[in-house]
Amino acid sequence: MTDYNSTEMMTVTAARALKNEDVCFVGIGMPSAACNLARLTHAPDITLIYESGTIGTKPDVLPLSIGDGELCETAVNTVPVTEMFRYWLQGGKISVGFLGAAQLDKFGNINTTVIGDYDNPKVRLPGGGGAPEIATSCGEIFLVMKQSKRGFVEKIDFVTSLGYGKGGDDRASYGVTTKGPSRLITDLCIMEPHPTDKHFIVTSIHPGVSRDDIIAATGWQVEFAEEVAETPVPSAHELQVLRELHARTNAAHEGQ
Amino acid sequence: MSLKDAIATCVQNGDTIAMEGFTHLIPHAAGHEIIRQQKRDLTLIRMTPDMIYDQLIGAGCARKLVFSWGGNPGVGSLHRLRDAIENGWPCALEIEEHSHAAMANAYDAGAAGLPCAVFKGYRGAELPRVNPNIKFIECPFTGERLAAVPAIRPDVAVVHAQKANRKGDILFEGIVGVQKEAVLAARKSIITVEEIVDDFTDIPFNAVMLPNWAVTAVVHVPGGAHPSYAQGYYKRDNAFYKAWDTIANDRERFRDWIEQHVMQGGPQDFETRLKAQQTKAEA
Repeated sequence: MTDYNSTEMMTVTAARALKNEDVCFVGIGMPSAACNLARLTHAPDITLIYESGTIGTKPDVLPLSIGDGELCETAVNTVPVTEMFRYWLQGGKISVGFLGAAQLDKFGNINTTVIGDYDNPKVRLPGGGGAPEIATSCGEIFLVMKQSKRGFVEKIDFVTSLGYGKGGDDRASYGVTTKGPSRLITDLCIMEPHPTDKHFIVTSIHPGVSRDDIIAATGWQVEFAEEVAETPVPSAHELQVLRELHARTNAAHEGQ
Repeated sequence: MSLKDAIATCVQNGDTIAMEGFTHLIPHAAGHEIIRQQKRDLTLIRMTPDMIYDQLIGAGCARKLVFSWGGNPGVGSLHRLRDAIENGWPCALEIEEHSHAAMANAYDAGAAGLPCAVFKGYRGAELPRVNPNIKFIECPFTGERLAAVPAIRPDVAVVHAQKANRKGDILFEGIVGVQKEAVLAARKSIITVEEIVDDFTDIPFNAVMLPNWAVTAVVHVPGGAHPSYAQGYYKRDNAFYKAWDTIANDRERFRDWIEQHVMQGGPQDFETRLKAQQTKAEA
C-alpha cells in the first residue's frame, strides 16, 4: 500500500467527487487543490471557474489568491466580476460549487464570518465573499473540510451561507431551487444528507479511521448509514500528481 | 498630472472611496499617497479589501469599510483590519458587510444610474439580520422574493490599468474585476497606469476601455500596483503578501513599515521595488 497522509486522502477523495463534464465554481482554499487534481487526473475537460471571472482555467500551479495571473492566462475566457455573478452564477450555468468552511453544522450551513457574536466577535473571519450565492445558485454543493469539534458544531455562530437550513424542506422555503450540499468530504470520512431530514450521515469511512475517531472529532451526534463503505485509498498516480502540483506551487510562490 | 496633485485635488476628508482591483491591478501607489496626505474619516469600499486597505485602516485613514471578503488571500487574516474591528485600533471602524454578488450588483447599479440593485441573493443567509442595507422586495411581475442593496456611488474611484494613450483613454486587460463599473459609478476617478503610449493600435475591438472623457485624472505610475500585479508587465509578488502577515501582525512593526516605506517614500519607489523584485527573480 502506498503511504499517504490524511490531507492527501481528503483531497483525493474530494477530487473524485467531480466529473469530467462538470462546470465547477471553485471556492477559495482547500477546494482549489481538489478541483485541479480532478482536472489533472480523471476529469481533464472539467470547467473550473474562479470568482475573479476566469472561466475554464487550467493553472499549472495552484493560485495563492483567487485572482492570480496564472488563472487568467490559462482560461478560455475572463469576464468582469459583475458578469460572473450575474450571468454565470445567478443565471444557473454552474453545476457544482466546491466550498470550504470555518464552521459547519449537520445541515451543511456554513460560517466564514465570525466566531462569537457578530458585533463583538472573538475572531473576525474574512467573510462570505462569493459563498452566500454560490451556495444557493450552483446545481449542487460539495463541501471539503478537516474534521474537528471546533469546526463541526451543533450550532454555528453565524449562517454565512445556506445549506439545508433547519433541515427537511427548510432550504426550499427561502425560494432556493438548487440541490444544496450533497457531499461533505473530510479527512476522516464522507458524509451525505439524509434523504428527507437532510442532516449529514456518514456513508464512507477512510481506511484506518474508526467510528470513535469520527465521533471524537464531531460536535454533533454522528449518525452512520446502515451500510458504511470504506473509502478507496488514493492511487499511486493520484498521489504523484497531487504531490507534483504542491511542489510546483511551493516553488512558484517561494521563488518570487 | 502628478499622483500627489491627483489625490490632493480629488480626495477630501470624509469622502467615500472605492479603490478596486480583484487581486489584479490594485492601486497600491495611489493608496500610499492617500496615507501620505493623511486623509481622514474615509469610507472605504471594496469587494476584497486586502493589503492596501489594511495599510489605510492601520494608518488611521478610515472611518468605515464596506466590503464582502476581508482577508489576505491564501495567507490569512488582515491583522490591521481585525485590530480595528476587534479593538478599535488606531480608531473605531464601522463595517458594512455584503456578499460578492451584492457588491458586484451594487457597482453595476451605480454605473447604470439606478438607486438600487436587485438580485437573487442572501437566501437563507444571516447578513440581512446585521446589515440594514440589505432588504428584500417582491418582483412586481412574478412575486419572486429578491434581495435589494443600495447602488454604490463613490465620491472617488481609484483604479490601476495597464495603458493610457496620450489623450487619456484607458486600456485594461486580464482580470478586470469591477473597475469599469466603479469608475462609471463614481463622481470622480483617478486612474494610475503602467505605461502611456502614443496611440492604441492592434488592440482587440472589445478590450475593456474607458474613454478619456469618462475619467477625471490619469497618472503615469510604473509599478503602481505592486505587490499586486499588472498582467503583461509583472507578476503578483506572492512572497510579499506572505511577508505582510508578519509586518502587520504587530502595531509597532506596522508603524515602522508605514513610516519607512510610505511616509518617507513616493510613487517613484514602486518602479524601483519592481526592479528589485525582478533582479531577485533573475538571480
